[in-house]
Amino acid sequence: MSDNQTIAGQTIIGLEVHVQLATKSKLFCGCATTFGAEPNTQTCPVCLGLPGSLPVLNERAIDLAVETGVALNCTIPDFTKWDRKQYFYPDLPKGYQTSQFDLPITEHGWLEIATEDDEPKRIRITRAHLEEDAGKSLHDESAGGGDSVIDLNRAGTPLLEIVSEPDLRSSAEARAYLTELRLLLTFLGVSDCNMQEGSLRVDANVNLHVEDPKAAGETAATPIVEIKNLNSFRAVERAIEYEASRQWREWQETGRRIGQAPKQTRGWDDSAEVTRAQREKEESADYRYFPCPDLAPVVVTADEVERVRAKMPELPAALRLRLQTDHGLSAYDADVITSAGREMADYFLAVATSGGDAKQAANWVTQHVSRVMNATGKTLAELALPAERLGGMIAKLVGGDLPSARARDVFDTMLEDGVDADAAMDKLGIAAVDESELVTICRELLDANPKIVADVQGGKQQAVGALIGQAKKKNPNADPGRVRAICLELIAES
Amino acid sequence: MADSPADLTAARLLERLNAGELTSVEATQACLDRVSATDDKVGAFLRTTPERALEQAAAVDRRRAAGEPLGALAGAPVAVKDVLCDEGELTTCASKMLADFRPPYDATVVARLKAADAVLIGRTNMDEFAMGGSTENSAFQKTHNPWDLERSPGGSSGGAAACVAAGQAPLSIGTDTGGSIRQPAALCGVVGLKPTYGRVSRYGLVAFASSLDQVGPLARSVEDVALLYDAIAGHDPRDTTSTNEPAEPTAPEVDRPLEGLRVGVVPEHYAEGLSDEVRQAVEKAIDGYREAGAETVEVHLPHAKHGVATYYVIAPSEASSNLARYDGVHYGYRTEPAAMHARLAAERKEATEAGDQAAADKIDTALVRLYRQSRSEALGPEVQRRIMLGAYALSAGYYDAYYKKALQVRRLIRQDYDRAFEKVDVIAGPVTAAPAFKLGELIDDPLAMYLVDLYTVTANLAGLPAISLPCGVSSAGLPIGLQLMAPPLEETRLLRAARMHEATHGPTAIAPLS
Amino acid sequence: MAIQRTDVERVALLARLEPTGEEIDRLSGELAAIVDYVDSLSAIDTAGVEPMVHAIEQTNVLRADEVRKSLPRDAALANAPLKSDSGFRVPAVLGD
Ligand SMILES: [Mg+2]
Ligand SMILES: [Zn+2]
Repeated sequence: MSDNQTIAGQTIIGLEVHVQLATKSKLFCGCATTFGAEPNTQTCPVCLGLPGSLPVLNERAIDLAVETGVALNCTIPDFTKWDRKQYFYPDLPKGYQTSQFDLPITEHGWLEIATEDDEPKRIRITRAHLEEDAGKSLHDESAGGGDSVIDLNRAGTPLLEIVSEPDLRSSAEARAYLTELRLLLTFLGVSDCNMQEGSLRVDANVNLHVEDPKAAGETAATPIVEIKNLNSFRAVERAIEYEASRQWREWQETGRRIGQAPKQTRGWDDSAEVTRAQREKEESADYRYFPCPDLAPVVVTADEVERVRAKMPELPAALRLRLQTDHGLSAYDADVITSAGREMADYFLAVATSGGDAKQAANWVTQHVSRVMNATGKTLAELALPAERLGGMIAKLVGGDLPSARARDVFDTMLEDGVDADAAMDKLGIAAVDESELVTICRELLDANPKIVADVQGGKQQAVGALIGQAKKKNPNADPGRVRAICLELIAES
Repeated sequence: MADSPADLTAARLLERLNAGELTSVEATQACLDRVSATDDKVGAFLRTTPERALEQAAAVDRRRAAGEPLGALAGAPVAVKDVLCDEGELTTCASKMLADFRPPYDATVVARLKAADAVLIGRTNMDEFAMGGSTENSAFQKTHNPWDLERSPGGSSGGAAACVAAGQAPLSIGTDTGGSIRQPAALCGVVGLKPTYGRVSRYGLVAFASSLDQVGPLARSVEDVALLYDAIAGHDPRDTTSTNEPAEPTAPEVDRPLEGLRVGVVPEHYAEGLSDEVRQAVEKAIDGYREAGAETVEVHLPHAKHGVATYYVIAPSEASSNLARYDGVHYGYRTEPAAMHARLAAERKEATEAGDQAAADKIDTALVRLYRQSRSEALGPEVQRRIMLGAYALSAGYYDAYYKKALQVRRLIRQDYDRAFEKVDVIAGPVTAAPAFKLGELIDDPLAMYLVDLYTVTANLAGLPAISLPCGVSSAGLPIGLQLMAPPLEETRLLRAARMHEATHGPTAIAPLS
Repeated sequence: MAIQRTDVERVALLARLEPTGEEIDRLSGELAAIVDYVDSLSAIDTAGVEPMVHAIEQTNVLRADEVRKSLPRDAALANAPLKSDSGFRVPAVLGD
């Protein structure tokens, strides 16, 4: 119900993003991390938290965390350790989550995002630490009553919790940050970032900086609220907007400041589009963190970090730049292609190479190809249009062998029949018209239309236009521009 | 019970088995008979598994007859403390919480015993979750000291020590977090070894305090302890706190006396509180080393006196976390939900009728109540006391004052030992300040009970190997123990030194149980 | 520092234990005695001493990212006090 009263203040936002890392096995045991398996079929004594079981650390999770840290411009401390975060919940079989408290594997980085005013903005990353995921509570009818059923397949899946500084100032910036972060992580391949499957989850910390009524020129901060259960970027935006106006109202009613009320946790109700306070008792948590006695610390040497840095794949920011400098694309096209993901970017690059014209390639990829993908819901792979074929079409287009007027028909035919440009042009009976044939056609037309010739000679050049349609009747492939030009030449010569 | 195979040490038993003078079935049956004859008095076993044991024994006999290769303990009966997972078998930790728990996997130690062709005859009693020094904290039964049934066998591995002392089993597996192998071994007059931390896998050992727990052997001779230790020691990839250092077999070495052995003597050990009888027995044992040609050297352990305080911060802190998993959701005891809901509803009704909002707000959610009620109903008082103590030490505002401080003192204690072992090869001293105490004597005074661990906890805090050896009896006929400690990973040296004492002191007797 | 009844109540909730009135009184006394004893540590100079978390000090004990066989579901659920055919059942307590 966010009444759109204007907020005389600044919204301050920090985001905590939990990302499931793309390992084959869990963080501390050999169980598979595959999504969607039958409940409780991917568990063992370790991830069930059975008495006597012990964790053994998955080295791949460390590698992926370090890669991400480097990509996020973080420092990688040479020493990191494991701590137990203790709380009771049915989806947490050991009664504690193995996480990292005071010595995270990466910290102090930043991610650059684009903003409305086109000024790129650096969002500082506080830390990114490793931890194990919890299970899920399902509601299955067979259980009956209000009973819940716990599925521990997800328990123990490696998570990287990426915590930003409160540097975001609007829901739009929050979305921009999440979008860029997801793009970066998918470029790295450290996570599939699939929100539907829960491999990317967001909590938002929100409060307001408002004019301090007690001290002119000073600002006062409202109590920080952590919003949970944000299952889409849209939900993040709506929840932040709702929470900002809710806090504004609360501020006006209570004047309560940060420190005067404990940090509150509220859950986002997606259908009602409101945040709701969560029960204190579950929240008044004293996690009693302490170093896990079952797990040895991890040492990451500077050499290892350098090796990762050397192997770093091209990141979105670098690709955007390359598309502009090496391929002469506009900043806009470069961003559209980059944001469409690594696969689309590689497709574009292949089309540009085989077509020999990056601007045309960008035009066909960002407009027509993505239009068809949206319309059909097909992926690039499913689309029967290999980059070389589209490139071939573009080559003919720029080489003048394919009249621009027919390019769209050819493109559609190539898609429908899964054929290359030549086959499509044959089917459509498109052949490039050679100059002499065009001259003959024009001459015949001028002879048949002395009035038009006279008009042109009288200075009314546009009169030629009437001939273009007739020329197309004689040969559908006749290029309008050429017909006009040849006619004007012939009239001038006569 | 004259010359029953149950009276034999494992080494002699194995000789007879290999010589074909005795079958494993006979030996196993003899132990099971001894249990039936004596355990109503001793109460060492929570349960025996005769069918399974006799099957294992028969299989070993068959394979031996067929000349097949056999494990190092082939056919020897072994008792296991009820704290190590045994696939499909009850593993209760002497707690109501796990009264029906059957793990779907084997502890590495249990798997290695099976691989060594040992015969697993049953599971021994203990203090609940290994928390205690008298075995009185078992949820199921009391265990009595075979030398005086009025007295405690010590703990937490009281059943493990008592069954060996009573001749019910030649070999037995215990665990030691603050002295839980060595103290009952001393009070029951048997040999008990706590290996170096990391020597024996903890995988499948139900955790009490992860950074202190070690599994170890109890038996009636140093040689037997070495045999059982060799069978269970060694690196385990499933326990990342287990050491990669190869565990060389110790049994072939124990009979070689150490040339020029330097025995450390610690004046701090003889502070007030040590009974005269124990002091005399220990001093006599140390004299024995001198007579055997060893040199005795005075070494100081200035921080040892802080061991108990340090231990009773670290162990409960880890325990409070390790036992959080017992919440009645995934396994273990759960309170009856209907009754729980009814009680909750009544409390809420009362509060609202009284119009007392504050009281109403303080009432647990159903989930919190489910946890609290399940845990309070199924965990014993000592376990709850230690969980509370640990949760307190780790709670906001106390971490640095207690937990962190204790970890720092722990390092100081370790450094004392490192310095001492620059001067000596082993350190000798008492295991307990006094012989076995009466059942019920200390149970109502937790702190007094904790102080019993004074001489043993430091080895766990420092991660050192330590052994308890019989070194005499009190005027009341109660066993007295000698403790030897060695630097990390020096089990062979420790056992050879232990054997030197045993050679002069003589073999360990079986309690008559008259 | 002496342990108050309120400390015991706070810690009991943290630890999800439910001591009765008398038990709280008893525990307050017992814990107070133990904590007083443990407070003797505060007198020890530990300036600059690295806390000793593990009795064996090693680093980077890792395993390769390989999938191992999981337990069959019935084995995973075998010890559950209450279960459905698919998972661990928790009586209607969530979100209450
Ligand atoms: Mg987290
Ligand atoms: Zn697992």
